[in-house]
Amino acid sequence: MAFSTLPPYSAREMMAIAAGRLISNGDILFAGTGVAMLAACVAKHIHAPRSVVLVETGGIDPTLTELPLAVADPRVMDEAALNSGLIDSFSIIGHRKLHTVAFLGAAQIDRYGNLNSTCLGDYHRPRVRFSGSGGACDAGSLAGSFIVFIHHGRNKFVERLDYLTTPGWLEGGDSRTAAGFPRGGPLAVVSDLGVLKFAEPGKEMYLAEYYPGVTPQQVAEHTGFALDVSRAREAAPPGADELRILREEIDPQRLILG
Amino acid sequence: MDNADIGSQPGAAACGRRDGVCHKLLTSRQAVERYVKPGCTLAVGGFTINRNPMALVHEIVRQRISDLHLVAHSNGQALDVLVGGGCVSCVEVAYAGNGRFAPSCIRFRRAVERGELAVEDYSNYQMSLRFLAGALNVPFVPTKSGLGTDLVAKQGFSAELRRRRRLPRQKVIVSSDPFHHGANDVVLLPALNPDVTLIHAQYVGDDGTVRIKGLTFADLEEVKAASAVVVSCEQIVPRRWLRQDPDQNSLPGFMVDAYVLAPWGAHPTACHYFYDYDPAHLKYYAQAAKDEERWAAYLAEWVYGLDGHEAYVDKVGGTALMRIAADRARGFAPGLDRR
Repeated sequence: MAFSTLPPYSAREMMAIAAGRLISNGDILFAGTGVAMLAACVAKHIHAPRSVVLVETGGIDPTLTELPLAVADPRVMDEAALNSGLIDSFSIIGHRKLHTVAFLGAAQIDRYGNLNSTCLGDYHRPRVRFSGSGGACDAGSLAGSFIVFIHHGRNKFVERLDYLTTPGWLEGGDSRTAAGFPRGGPLAVVSDLGVLKFAEPGKEMYLAEYYPGVTPQQVAEHTGFALDVSRAREAAPPGADELRILREEIDPQRLILG
Repeated sequence: MDNADIGSQPGAAACGRRDGVCHKLLTSRQAVERYVKPGCTLAVGGFTINRNPMALVHEIVRQRISDLHLVAHSNGQALDVLVGGGCVSCVEVAYAGNGRFAPSCIRFRRAVERGELAVEDYSNYQMSLRFLAGALNVPFVPTKSGLGTDLVAKQGFSAELRRRRRLPRQKVIVSSDPFHHGANDVVLLPALNPDVTLIHAQYVGDDGTVRIKGLTFADLEEVKAASAVVVSCEQIVPRRWLRQDPDQNSLPGFMVDAYVLAPWGAHPTACHYFYDYDPAHLKYYAQAAKDEERWAAYLAEWVYGLDGHEAYVDKVGGTALMRIAADRARGFAPGLDRR
């Protein structure tokens, strides 16, 4: 999805920065791969320097001087607080005393923030097979909250998922608690058009912010379910400092920025 | 190395012992012949692009061992080569991807879409817990992860496959917490006990002690859950060196059935403090995997056409290996061109 007038920054840059702004200092960030990893680096390097990044493979609080291209990239081990394993990492993500925020990507999302990263079509004979959950289901189940990265499109923001990999607000309302989760749930969705959040008490997705050059109507048109855009306001464009640090320090090889 | 008598291996020379450890030192050909049987349940260590036991995996493909039941959390490169090499008929898996190099593993994806591979989906934590339950010798383990999802609702393996493979009758069971009243459901996951687990480590002592540097992923749970364990390694070192700092060690020698000396044995995946992943090879692999003819050529050139791991390392070549050689202070190759 292109911006209607071309701004001096890319959609991925805007996404990473918009997500970074949602993070509070002191949060513990669980990062997946791709834009999710980029956004965690943005949060740590720009918006919340006292936040801590961890990855499911067991890298706890790495310094992240070079951008990891996978959660098992040896760069997640560099100057870390400790290098452990999967069970250690998930026990931190789900720890009841910690405010953990997971950054996740997905192929499909529904109005309650449930995610599909498994397949399109019938599960037993899929039209398209993706990687599968990895740690996404675990982070969505156990973390204090999570933020989703996904590009806008009616085939991605869908009425009904082909496969529910990661639990969001499930069927809305208090259904997540009723299913047996003591906490968690999606905090926000960061797309290439804007930032979406979930309304109380029904937990349905609404448009919170649209990026400069995008209209709320455009966002609604690219969403496969009815979207409330009445509360939306325009997001602040990336600042010069945000862009400089992202381009020069975080991803100078443009490995994820492209 | 694979053609040579084991006594001529550098590792055997370094060993210098004949009291119950050195007989475990095998070539990759011997270790795979002895421990990886057609139809067996196999676990491999490492994670996506890191510390996959590729020398052993290539040997499995070379020996055309088939009908494997792979149990995996996120074994990207090893999984894709085994599936693409026609060795796997069913897989329990959390994630088949290689980060930016293949967001979904290409041969895996193709096999599933063609209906050639039976898949049972779990999550990374669920698979790790299942190995842990196997290691603890308990039949199942509870978790909160996956409640309300299709990981719980949808069963991938057929009842017939479950019977034939002597697997638990159900994928998972959602149960109320037997200790507390109220809506405290948990997901019960069946334990996993692979017939054989293969891992790649940085160091094995000449007494068999294993030292893994960097992240251990779920390697140690996979090892302790398995009936047989094969460890390939970068170096075989004197026991006195490993025993100066036991805090750093990962497994005692008596947990392991066979050791294989395989320097660069995780290539093209990374091995902390020895080498980075090989971006050029992973990109080349991804291109080859997308096309049937090129994939057949890749297997012919990089697996079937080579008589063992030394020939593979020769083929990768000195320049490629120098580029990915790790900085000993940082464990990877800073500034490596990863585009």
